[in-house]
Amino acid sequence: MAEFPSILPAAPEIFLACSALALLLLGVFRGDGATRLVSHLAAASLLVTAILVLGHSGARTYAFDGLFVVDGFGVFMKTLVLIGAAAVVMVGQGYAARQRMDHFELPVLIVLSTVGMMMMISASDLIALYMGLETQSLALYVLAAFRRDTQTSTEAGLKYFVLGALSSGLLLFGASLVYGFTGTTNFEKIAAVLTNAPRADIGIVIGMVFMAAGLAFKVAAVPFHMWAPDVYEGSPTPVTAFFAAAPKVAAVALLLRVLVDPFGGLTDQWRQIVTFMAVVSMILGAVGAIQQTNIKRLMAYGSIGHIGYILLGLAAGSELGVRGILVYLAIYLVMTVGTFAVILSMRHQGRPVESLAHFAGLSRTHPMMALVMALFMFSMAGVPPLAGFFGKLYVFLAAIQGHLYGLAVIGVLTSVVAAFYYLRIVKLMYFDEAPVEVIDRQDDGIVTIVLVGCGVFTALFFIFPVPILTGAATAAASLFAG
Amino acid sequence: MAGWPILSLTTFLPLVGAASILVIRGDAATVARNAKNIALWTSLATFLLSVLLWVEFDPNVAGYQFEERADWIPAFNISYHMGIDGISLFFVLLSTFVTPLCILASWERVQHRVREFMIAFLVFETAMTGIFCALDFLLFYLFYEAVLLPMFIVIGVWGGPDRVPAALRFFLYTMAGSVFMLIALLVFYFNFGTTDIPTLIAQGPTLSRTTQIWLWLALAASFMIKVPMWPVHTWLPDAYTEAPGGAAALLAGVLLKVGGYIFLRFSIPMLPGGSDLLAPVVYALAVIALIYVSGVTVMITLAFGDLKKWVAYATLAHMGFGYIGMFTLTTQGLQGAVMVMLSYGLISVGMFCCVGMLEERANTRDIAKFSGVVETMPVFAFAMMVFMLASLGVPGTSGFVGEFLVLVGAYQASSWLALFAGTILVLGCIYFLWMYRLVVFEKAERADSSGLKDINLREFAIVVPLVLVILWMGIYPDSFIHETTASVANLINHYQTALADAGSMTVALH
Repeated sequence: MAEFPSILPAAPEIFLACSALALLLLGVFRGDGATRLVSHLAAASLLVTAILVLGHSGARTYAFDGLFVVDGFGVFMKTLVLIGAAAVVMVGQGYAARQRMDHFELPVLIVLSTVGMMMMISASDLIALYMGLETQSLALYVLAAFRRDTQTSTEAGLKYFVLGALSSGLLLFGASLVYGFTGTTNFEKIAAVLTNAPRADIGIVIGMVFMAAGLAFKVAAVPFHMWAPDVYEGSPTPVTAFFAAAPKVAAVALLLRVLVDPFGGLTDQWRQIVTFMAVVSMILGAVGAIQQTNIKRLMAYGSIGHIGYILLGLAAGSELGVRGILVYLAIYLVMTVGTFAVILSMRHQGRPVESLAHFAGLSRTHPMMALVMALFMFSMAGVPPLAGFFGKLYVFLAAIQGHLYGLAVIGVLTSVVAAFYYLRIVKLMYFDEAPVEVIDRQDDGIVTIVLVGCGVFTALFFIFPVPILTGAATAAASLFAG
Repeated sequence: MAGWPILSLTTFLPLVGAASILVIRGDAATVARNAKNIALWTSLATFLLSVLLWVEFDPNVAGYQFEERADWIPAFNISYHMGIDGISLFFVLLSTFVTPLCILASWERVQHRVREFMIAFLVFETAMTGIFCALDFLLFYLFYEAVLLPMFIVIGVWGGPDRVPAALRFFLYTMAGSVFMLIALLVFYFNFGTTDIPTLIAQGPTLSRTTQIWLWLALAASFMIKVPMWPVHTWLPDAYTEAPGGAAALLAGVLLKVGGYIFLRFSIPMLPGGSDLLAPVVYALAVIALIYVSGVTVMITLAFGDLKKWVAYATLAHMGFGYIGMFTLTTQGLQGAVMVMLSYGLISVGMFCCVGMLEERANTRDIAKFSGVVETMPVFAFAMMVFMLASLGVPGTSGFVGEFLVLVGAYQASSWLALFAGTILVLGCIYFLWMYRLVVFEKAERADSSGLKDINLREFAIVVPLVLVILWMGIYPDSFIHETTASVANLINHYQTALADAGSMTVALH
């Protein structure tokens, strides 16, 4: 019995895993007719888990003999992931029902992959890291191919699986090198080895590079981004929304944890990689999106660009940088969920439409939807006083503090290029005439609530930014305390 | 007056109007009528509030007045800090004064989606007033960029045939410039741990000369595009030509002046070293701009004949005078620059409104399509003449005071500069008088303007206040100069002390 308390910090994960299994059973016994119920219960259990997560004090506690750690950083990131996942489950339900893809496995898989993400965020050991990552990825592979009767979705699933397996292989190879050269898989001990050694062993550096490459794949940073546009486009839209929201946040959290915690001693080495990836991601994200005509593909390139800015904050390698990243992620999550809520509502005579042309004249036919979409687009472009600007501001703040002036200049210039394609959507909605194919009326109550919530957050974040800023500050501080 | 936040009220009152327009219910015609009325009355109320500012303003105080301060982002030591001094007072008044006029100017012209148009206008007014009231760099930046959103929509939705590229270009050019200002802001923040403008003014001069030059260039990138200066001016003629009448007037009348305001508020007091070193570059660019623009304007008059584009270039030429005055860094020059910017603000609003009236009647902007307008529209012709003469700087109009002071300042800085500036005034006479003759007086076979009606009551209400204020500024400029003197003297004093300190430090090092 003395061992029992050591798993208590993982109570939210255990709760969520149990509810996933319960939901699965419910679905199996009640069949597809219960999908609506399962979805609602899934969203509810995600939110309950978020409350459980927030119940933690934020003080650093270990569980499972040091494999699993809960700290302020983990609490912040898990809350984001859970809220993002819950929002996507709720928003995607109506779409799935209309598209006759409302099998009960969809919400269950989302919950299961969320369990994996929470494990990733709390991993404090190479083995735990891999376990979490694979739990998440396996569920995601299935989700990407969820519409197995369509070619695009199958292709997306296959592509994601093959490339994902490759990146997992890279990661494992790196982890094995790190283990071989340090003799431990525990993050703290790896960090201790690195601090005590006069010079970092080249084997550890190579291992770290492989691990960073594997993780860069998961966050879709250039040059490991090739899967993103295809998978975003091919997957069913609720799944794309999920991809853009929760796994992205979790993967960034893992990247931060790994680079700052065990490899904190190698900051000078990984900074070069991160800087390179930041620059090319920002450039490619901005330039690649200009040509796109499909909104989901455009969002994929947009998210590559966002990862570029996040890496820019990481390149600073400071606590302020991590704080900026956390603020950025919180804002990014809201904007992304909101944007996808709009995309999910885009349908013509019940058929979902994804081409940019369908946004034309939206401000005439759906003034409110066009208004919130314009808010999200301006915000993603980083135009003050909308929320997206503050995300960029804090990241640039860190870059300037780290004297990365060149990087900051590239960052602001690419943000102008990126503004061009976000503005193009606003232009379509406001300046162009409505096309023949008018979008159907949006009549999903939950989507409306999410849209209004995200819109208000985006527009009014500047009035009261303090809660998120303090939350991010505590979280960043706890990551560096370890 | 102590107690209530009059600056915040002035700034955010238009937003209240915008919110109430948003909730109007009813059929399209009712919504349009009510939206226009609410917009007009809100902007008038805002103007009255800002007049109160002038009444309560103490001209003997050189520092900031009506200050308000509240915690905003305490973790980063960034606060909501508002306040005005003698320089910003009149910029605030300018923007609140011309907004109702521009709303009136758009009264008939905007026929579809009136509600959205008026909301955009009021949001624009809030952002614009905020720019001049903000005493925190980040707050300033927020307002500065927020201006772009409504204006982008206004140009793109209600603009002319080429509105879409014009709107995109306007947005992207301005944003490209202002992101450099953001970097400068962050550098300031890390050097002094605050974005409070008065603190930055006090401490900025202690930065090393190299840092000052880089920061100066970063601010100039933003300013030069906004003003805009040759060679990054190319967005302006398109944006102005395509913008609907009232919006073009606001852009030219107020937004253009923000560039100059950045120099007065940031570059000169915070970076005296950089300003000292780079002032000749500004002169050179200003002179090139003036000559280039004058040339283009003459060509437009002769060849292309788009009246609105002509006014757009003419306003460009105006601003050159403003920055020459500013960078003479003499009391007269600075005072003149402020007067020039204010007076040209009024004049360009007047000119754009006049062009809008002609366009509404004749449905064309081609100079060649007008002739002998004076016979059918005598009142209009008179108003336009006042604006034109004020542009030329005829004594008795607002233009004269500013131009005279700038020339005095320029002569102190360099006699060559004064010579060039004077020459440009003559060039201005050529194209202004030429255009005026072509449109208003010349009776030609080529066109018939006999069917045009003279201005109506609404248009009368637009031009009369403008004409009156222009004459007031020309005949009794002291009402304006009196309020700004202390602040300008303070600015010059600060600048010279900072330079002297830097100089003595260099001497001590040797």
